[in-house]
Amino acid sequence: MNILTTHSIRRRLVFQLSIVAALLSVLFAYSVKVIGENTAQITQDQVLASAATSIADAIRSESGELVVDIPYSAFSMLGALSDDRVFYRIDVGGEAVTGYEDLPVELVPESVGQPSFSSTQYRGAEIRIASVIRPLSTLERSVGAVVSVAQTRSGFNEVTSGVRTIATAVGIAFFATAVVLVLLAAQSAIRPLQDVSTAVERRGPRDLRPVNEKVPSEIAPLVTALNRLMVRFSKALDRSEDFIAEAAHRIRTPMALVQTNAEIALRTTKSTQSRRAIREIIEAAEETSRSARQILDHATVGFRTDHLQRQEVPVTALIEAVLDRLLPVAEMKGIGISFQGPAENLICAGDPVLLESALGNVLDNAIKYSPHDTCVTVSAESDGDWIRISVEDEGTGFPVAEIEGLADRFTRGSNAEGTIGSGLGLTIVSDVLVAHAGQLEIENSKEGEGACVSIILPTS
Amino acid sequence: MRFHHIANLLAVVLIVLARPAQSLDIEAEKHFPAVFDGAELHILSTADLDIFTPIITGFQHDNPEISVHYTVASSLEVFNAVYTDSGRFDLVISSAMDLQTKLVNDGYAQSYDSSQITGLPDWAGWRNQIFAFTMEPAVLLISKVALDGLPVPSNRSDLIRILRENPERFRGKIGTYDIRSSGLGYLFATQDSRSSESFWQLMELMGQLDVRLFCCSSDMIARVESGELAIAYNVLGSYSNAQTSPLEQNVQVVSLTDFSTIMVRTALIPATSKNAAVSGKMIDFLANLDKHPDIIDATGFSSIKGSNLTGGESLNTIKLGPNLLVFLDKLKRLRFIDAWESSIEQH
Amino acid sequence: MRFLLVEDSEKLSRAISERLVLDGHVVDSVSDIGAAEAMLHSTEYDMILLDLTLPDGHGWDLLKSLRARADKSPVIVITARSELTDRIETLDAGADDFIVKPFAFAELEARCRAVLRRKRGDASNKTALGNVEFDTLEGTLSIEGKSTSLRNQELRLFEALFSAPGRLQSKSFLLDRLFAFGSEGSDNAVEVYIGRLRKKLAQSNLEIETVRGRGYRLNICE
Repeated sequence: MNILTTHSIRRRLVFQLSIVAALLSVLFAYSVKVIGENTAQITQDQVLASAATSIADAIRSESGELVVDIPYSAFSMLGALSDDRVFYRIDVGGEAVTGYEDLPVELVPESVGQPSFSSTQYRGAEIRIASVIRPLSTLERSVGAVVSVAQTRSGFNEVTSGVRTIATAVGIAFFATAVVLVLLAAQSAIRPLQDVSTAVERRGPRDLRPVNEKVPSEIAPLVTALNRLMVRFSKALDRSEDFIAEAAHRIRTPMALVQTNAEIALRTTKSTQSRRAIREIIEAAEETSRSARQILDHATVGFRTDHLQRQEVPVTALIEAVLDRLLPVAEMKGIGISFQGPAENLICAGDPVLLESALGNVLDNAIKYSPHDTCVTVSAESDGDWIRISVEDEGTGFPVAEIEGLADRFTRGSNAEGTIGSGLGLTIVSDVLVAHAGQLEIENSKEGEGACVSIILPTS
Repeated sequence: MRFHHIANLLAVVLIVLARPAQSLDIEAEKHFPAVFDGAELHILSTADLDIFTPIITGFQHDNPEISVHYTVASSLEVFNAVYTDSGRFDLVISSAMDLQTKLVNDGYAQSYDSSQITGLPDWAGWRNQIFAFTMEPAVLLISKVALDGLPVPSNRSDLIRILRENPERFRGKIGTYDIRSSGLGYLFATQDSRSSESFWQLMELMGQLDVRLFCCSSDMIARVESGELAIAYNVLGSYSNAQTSPLEQNVQVVSLTDFSTIMVRTALIPATSKNAAVSGKMIDFLANLDKHPDIIDATGFSSIKGSNLTGGESLNTIKLGPNLLVFLDKLKRLRFIDAWESSIEQH
Repeated sequence: MRFLLVEDSEKLSRAISERLVLDGHVVDSVSDIGAAEAMLHSTEYDMILLDLTLPDGHGWDLLKSLRARADKSPVIVITARSELTDRIETLDAGADDFIVKPFAFAELEARCRAVLRRKRGDASNKTALGNVEFDTLEGTLSIEGKSTSLRNQELRLFEALFSAPGRLQSKSFLLDRLFAFGSEGSDNAVEVYIGRLRKKLAQSNLEIETVRGRGYRLNICE
């Protein structure tokens, strides 16, 4: 059956959560990048500022004159940070006194101890400039000294490109991890749904009890609806079973009348033509009654297998009861039945009515297909784990073309839809065995004559 | 203010910079033709022609298609030439590592990378634009004759004590660089001053003993050989090794054990060079001088790779980098020279 | 034999009776439990055929009251209901056997025979003709103390001939007897079983005569 489906919940969850994860990853990676770049910027700024400050601190007044004495360490600290080129400029009283006098200092700090930073181009390269201001006084006047130290940005760019690489890697790793978690989360989110469908799928074909699995509140309405449907379906099925039983019942009495009257007519008529017709009527009536019985049995078996009640069943006694029941029928066909029971008492757990029905059907088939004056052999044996009840006849056996199909259909426990006659009989057998975790074996006997059907049941 | 007097002083970098390029003051110049027709490599260098010739010969042995044009100038001239150059030179070699560093810092060099230079230590290069290939310590030269029985000083304290105790023997017979005219002398002096206060004591003492000032190591070496000088301080060791070998009986080369400032000779490719690939070959060759012991012998250079300089922690190697710019600051330089002058000429 | 038939379907009741009479039995037929009880009080029956669904009660009620007063009359229940569910309960209620509608008379006969055989125990039910003793329930012939058992088809043929010695039995009549038991029903089959019977009767003074073109007759040779 094809069901119209929209996108699966899992796929939808995965898709939507992955988009969220992707956005978060980008945001995360961007944050890492910004933080990294800021950190790199701050690092460079701090080194530039401390270089500038150390130079500014070294400016002093000596016998009324200002002395600029750049400390050796001022530039080596810049050299330690990166291979970047270094420029500087010192202004006193608004006039460049040393260094790179064309260094474009655009931003002059407003207050002492508050370095200003700017980025610009100089000598064909991007540079970062830090400037500090220091008030100086000589005997003659008070002036301000501005010390600016600049550095090209290749080290900074190297760091930031490293940061970008790391940010990208972190973003990708974050995304990959998130997607894995999303997949797991989606899986666990839909697990209750799968559990419910598995629980429903595992059921027997006619098990219509309500679903009792614990389910999350979100899918409770679905399960409730499903249970309601089950109840309705169960009622409908019960009605149809009642109907089948009723129909079979209703057919039986008129059929009995047909058969009895036909037999009377056969006994009383002299016309050869009529006799042939009447014989055919009787044959048809017999076949019909057999089918009706099997249909009714099938319905009963279906009901009982769905509500299987196990009890200890003594296998030998069960076989003997079935034999007792069928012995008269066998006898009237001139068929002998021999039973080789095992020495020990075999016990299996199951529904004796169903097991009787199964064995009865197998035996009924064997009798039906056995020629006159032959023997049907019933045997039972056990290897401790399994009980095997075999029914072997001396008939023609199953047609070779059919036997594999039959074996396939029944030994694998799949339902045989739409089979009548011996097929329906075997369907009943098969249904009973599936319900009892048993197996049905169908083969032609080794001698090439006759069929051997075995019922295999687990010991209790 | 003092700031305004700078123009009156000699050898101030910016004044040199201001001079037009054409006025490059060439000391020597030689063309080394190639065996085959090929590329031409223009080298501007501070190294004397005869010292560098074995290197060029060796280089051409490996690269016979390259002709080399070798020009010698003083370190300030070299610096100035590159600062104003318009593509005349493909390779600049200088002993003034501070000036070379400034060229790189100010954007006058181009980058070069090759597997041949990967073995160089970290301090021996900067930005893939400047490459050191020799290690040359500043040494003390002593005339054995002039010392005459006095113990050979092994550190600056010894030296100071000997000078103090024998003022008359050494008066007028001490030589050192005039840091105002020698870039290398200025570099040695500034680095010495960073290493120890004894430098200033030594300078004062030398000033009292009428120290004589020179522009170049070779002048000092020659005078120590001749006995005209008893002591020469901060002479380039490599030159003395190369020049004094036949006269070992009179000149003694002393590596002072308290510390030895190490000068590295560096090469860079000017930004304007259109011949960088050929320049690179020379840099590779220079970086691997240790594979040519004959050249090491002939030049007296000590290759950085496989250096046999000993002395451990007393070796004062100077890292290439922006730190070298500090003493090039014009005010810093002014102040240093001022202090130096007042030490030397105090009386 | 004397049958009591308890069946509420008038037409079926009439047909079954007619069929039993054809085989030479005596049949009283009633349609409800009340009438059945009345008959049982006055008469002893060889066999009671009992339908379960009756207008004034369930067949089990009759069975139970019968067994409650220790009446061991053989009872075969005839039902239209499921054999599976009703059988055990019916047997527990005291029925001797159980047959589901519609049924072939041959099966009814076979079940009657089996029930009677079981009920009778050791008592014999032999009829003599000439020097032959015939046990109809066991299906054995005894000729001057020597016992031979008859196979089913042979038994059915012999029964028909034995019931009316000296009368001509048409071939088709005999064939129907065989046919009723599921035989293929060719004229040849009658000849085969007659042949077998003749062999088993060889030591007796009974003889099966062939009346060419018409049938067979059982004669006693003096």
